[in-house]
Amino acid sequence: MIDRMSDKTTGTTVDQAAIRSRRLRTAFAALGMLPVLVLLAGGFQFINPRFITQTNLLIVTQQSSINIVLAAGMTFVILTGGIDLSVGSILAASAMVAVLVSLVPDWGLLGVPAAILVGLGFGLINGLLVAYIRLPPFIVTLGSLTAVRGVARLLGQDTTVFNSDLPFDFIGNGSLFGIPWLVVIALAVVVLSWLVLKRTVLGTWIYAVGGNAEAARLTGIKVPLVLLFVYGVSGLLAGLGGAMSAARLYAANGLQLGQSYELDAIAAVILGGTSFVGGVGSIWGTLIGGLIIAVLSNGLILAGVSDIWQYIIKGLVIIVAVALDRYRLQAGART
Amino acid sequence: MTAAAMTQATRQPVLEMRHISKTFGAIRALQDVSLTVHAGELHALMGENGAGKSTLMKVLSGAYRPDPGGEILIDGMPAATGDPIKARAAGIAVIYQELSLAPNLTVAQNVFLGNEPRRFGVVDRDQCNRRAAEIVGRLGVSFSARALVSSLSLGERQLVEIARALSSNARIIVMDEPTTSLTSRETDRLFEVIATLKAQGIAIIYISHRMEEVYQLADRVSVLRDSGYVGTLERTDLNASRLVSMMVGRDLSAFYKKDHRPPDEKRAVALSVRGVSDGHLVKNCSFDLHKGEVLALAGLVGSGRTELARLIFGADKRSAGTLELDGRPISIGSPREALDAGIAYLTEDRKELGLFLDMSISDNISMGVLARDARAGGFRDFTAADRRAAKAIADLSIRTRSTQATAGSLSGGNQQKVLLARLLETEPKVVILDEPTRGVDVGAKSEIYRLIDNLANRGIAILMISSELPEVIGVADRVLVMRDGAISGEVTASGGEPLRQEAIMELATGAAQE
Repeated sequence: MIDRMSDKTTGTTVDQAAIRSRRLRTAFAALGMLPVLVLLAGGFQFINPRFITQTNLLIVTQQSSINIVLAAGMTFVILTGGIDLSVGSILAASAMVAVLVSLVPDWGLLGVPAAILVGLGFGLINGLLVAYIRLPPFIVTLGSLTAVRGVARLLGQDTTVFNSDLPFDFIGNGSLFGIPWLVVIALAVVVLSWLVLKRTVLGTWIYAVGGNAEAARLTGIKVPLVLLFVYGVSGLLAGLGGAMSAARLYAANGLQLGQSYELDAIAAVILGGTSFVGGVGSIWGTLIGGLIIAVLSNGLILAGVSDIWQYIIKGLVIIVAVALDRYRLQAGART
Repeated sequence: MTAAAMTQATRQPVLEMRHISKTFGAIRALQDVSLTVHAGELHALMGENGAGKSTLMKVLSGAYRPDPGGEILIDGMPAATGDPIKARAAGIAVIYQELSLAPNLTVAQNVFLGNEPRRFGVVDRDQCNRRAAEIVGRLGVSFSARALVSSLSLGERQLVEIARALSSNARIIVMDEPTTSLTSRETDRLFEVIATLKAQGIAIIYISHRMEEVYQLADRVSVLRDSGYVGTLERTDLNASRLVSMMVGRDLSAFYKKDHRPPDEKRAVALSVRGVSDGHLVKNCSFDLHKGEVLALAGLVGSGRTELARLIFGADKRSAGTLELDGRPISIGSPREALDAGIAYLTEDRKELGLFLDMSISDNISMGVLARDARAGGFRDFTAADRRAAKAIADLSIRTRSTQATAGSLSGGNQQKVLLARLLETEPKVVILDEPTRGVDVGAKSEIYRLIDNLANRGIAILMISSELPEVIGVADRVLVMRDGAISGEVTASGGEPLRQEAIMELATGAAQE
C-alpha cells in the first residue's frame, strides 16, 4: 500500500515486472505479523464487544504511540546488528528535562526541544563508544541504562517534578482533527523513518552495515558514521518519547518513568520481523509489532484478565508469534 | 596404485549408482546418472557449479531419495536409499566443505561424537581416547587425540573429519573440495592421508575444480554436465583440454585470454609501491604496476599476498611505505580514500567480506557509488541503480531472473561477477583482484578471464593474486612472487618465451636460493 507512493519515481528502462514483484514481496514481508494483529483484535472483539469502538481504538493507538516512537529508533539500531538498552532511561532523563525547562517562565515551550536534544546527546555518546571505541553495543547501552537512570534521578533530586500548567500539554492530551497528537507524532516518526531507511543512501548503508559490516567498510562506506547516526536517532527518539510522556502526565519521575520500556521497544521490533543480527527488517513491521503489544495489553484488561496473567500471556504471545514468523519465512525460502 | 588397479579388474565394485534421477518439482537436478567406484580407488567427480555433483552426493549420503528407477548397490547388494543413518551404517561418509566439528571438544570427543563408546551407560573416556588415538595414528598425523579442535589448523580439522569417518568404519568417503582452504603444506599432508586410505582399500569420491589435484590423485574421473552424466576417463587418458571440453561442452583454446599488448618499457607506471610493510608479516615490498598490464602476485598461501593487497587498499594500517598513483604521491588510510583515488579491490572471500547476501543484485552493484548517484537531500536514485545493474547483468552475463533477486540466491560464479561489477562501477584506474576465480565454475572462469583481458586493453592496471599457476601463466604479463612477506623475485616472459611455471615455484618455495 505504501510502496505505491514511489511508483512514479522509479524506473522507465528496467523490468517493471521485476520491480512490481519486489514491491509485492516487500509488502508481504511487511504484512508478516499483520494477520496476527487482526486475529488478536478479532478475538478481543469476540470476548468484549467494546474492544473495536472508536474510543477504545484511539486509546490503544495512544497508549502504543510512545513505545512505537522508541521502537522506531530501536529499528535503526537493530538493523545494524546492534541494540540500545538505554532508551527507557534516556526517556526518563529527557522527560525530567522537559518538565524542568517548562517551569522556566515564558520559555516553557523550549521543554520539548530541550528533551529531544538531551536524548540526542545521550544517543551520540552511546554511538561514539560503539563506533569509535568499538565496544559491544550491549555493554555500552547496558552501562548507559544504569548511568542515565542515575542522571534522571539526579535531575529532580530524586523527587517527582510537576507542572500543572504545562505549555506543551496539547502534545499529550490534545488532538488534531480528532486524532490525538501522540498518534500523529508516532505516525510521522514511522513515515520519516521509512523515508530514511528505504529511500535514502544513508538507509541503504544502514542495511549494508547490518548485513555485512566488513564488506561495507571495503565498499567505502564509513561504518562508524553510520553507527553514530543510528544510536543518535535512537537517543533522539527516546528524547522525543520523554517529551511526549511529560506532556501526557504533566510530571516526570526519574526513578519510575520508562522502566523496562526498552524491552517493549525491542519486542515490537522483533515482532515486526526485523532480524536480530541486522540487515533485514522494516519499519512497518515495527509499527505492527508495537500495535500488537498495545492491543494485547488493552484487550487483556477489557477481557478482565488479571495483571499477573497479562504478563505471562504477553510473553508467550511474543515467543509464539516470532516462532510462527520464522516458520513462515523458512517455508517461503524453500519454494 | 597398481595393486588397486589389479583388484579393480577382479573384484566387484564397492559402489554402483545406477540410473539415478532426481527432480524437485519441475526442476530436474539429475538425469539418469550412473557411477561405479571400486575399493581403493580415488574417483574424481568434476563438473561446473550446478552440474549436479552435490545432488548426486546427497543421494548417495541419503539426504535425498532418488526418483523411482534409480538404485544404489553396495558390494553388489541393493542398499536403502533416502536414509542417512542407513547410508552411514553401510559405510558411506561425506566430508563437506563447511566442517561440522565442535571446536571446544577434543579430537577424540569429536571423532566419536554421537557414537561414543559407553560403559555402564556412561561415556568411556579412556576407550574413547585410546581408539581415537589409534585411528589418528593410522592417518599418520602429528596432533594428539586429546588436543582441543579449536587449537588445530583448518587442515588438521579436516583430518579429524576423516578420522570421524573412519571411526564409523566408512568404506566410501566423499570429499567435497577438501583443499579449498588448506595451505600447500596441509594439502600435501591430506594427499598422504588419501594415499594411506586407498592402500587400506577405502574408496574415495573426490569433488574438485582444481585440475592439478585431479591429475595428481585420480585413478578415474567422471564428469557431469547440466544434471547429466558425460563420461568417465581412465587415468591414462586424462588431459586438460579433453576434461574441460567435457565439462563445458566446448574447446579449451579460448579458455585463457591474453589479447592485450604485453607492456613495453615506455608504458606509464600507474601505481608505484615503495617499501610497504605492516610491522609483522609484510616486509618492505616495492614494485611498479603499469597501465594496461596484468601483473600476477604469486606465492604460497600465507606468503602475505592478501595482506599486501589490503595494505595498498587501505583496509589495514601500514607501518611503513609510500604509494604513488600516476606519478603523484597519495596517502591512503581507508578503503574510502583508496576508492576515491581510483584503486579498487576484489576480496578473496566474497561471502564474508564482499557481498550483502540479503540485498538485491542492484543494491550490491551500486553500493560503492550510491552517494555519487544520489538525488538532492541524499535520496536514492533507484533508476540509476537498476540501470547500472541491468547493464552489468548484460555485460558480464550474470544469470539471474531480475535485478532485484538477492545476491544470496546466485551461484558462486555469478556472485563473483556481481562483485566485479560493483568494482567496475567505481571506475578504477588500478584494480586489485584477490583470487578472482576461487570457487567459480569453468564457464564463469573463462568469462572472468575475458573481462580481465578487456580491462587491460582499456588501459586499466591490474594486480591479480592467484594460487593457480596455469591461471597466472595464462592471464598475466608479468609475475611477482612473494615468500614470507617479501617479494622474492619477478618472472617475465622474455624473448618470446612464455612464463615458466617452474621459475615461479622456485621463487615461491625458496628453492631458487639453494
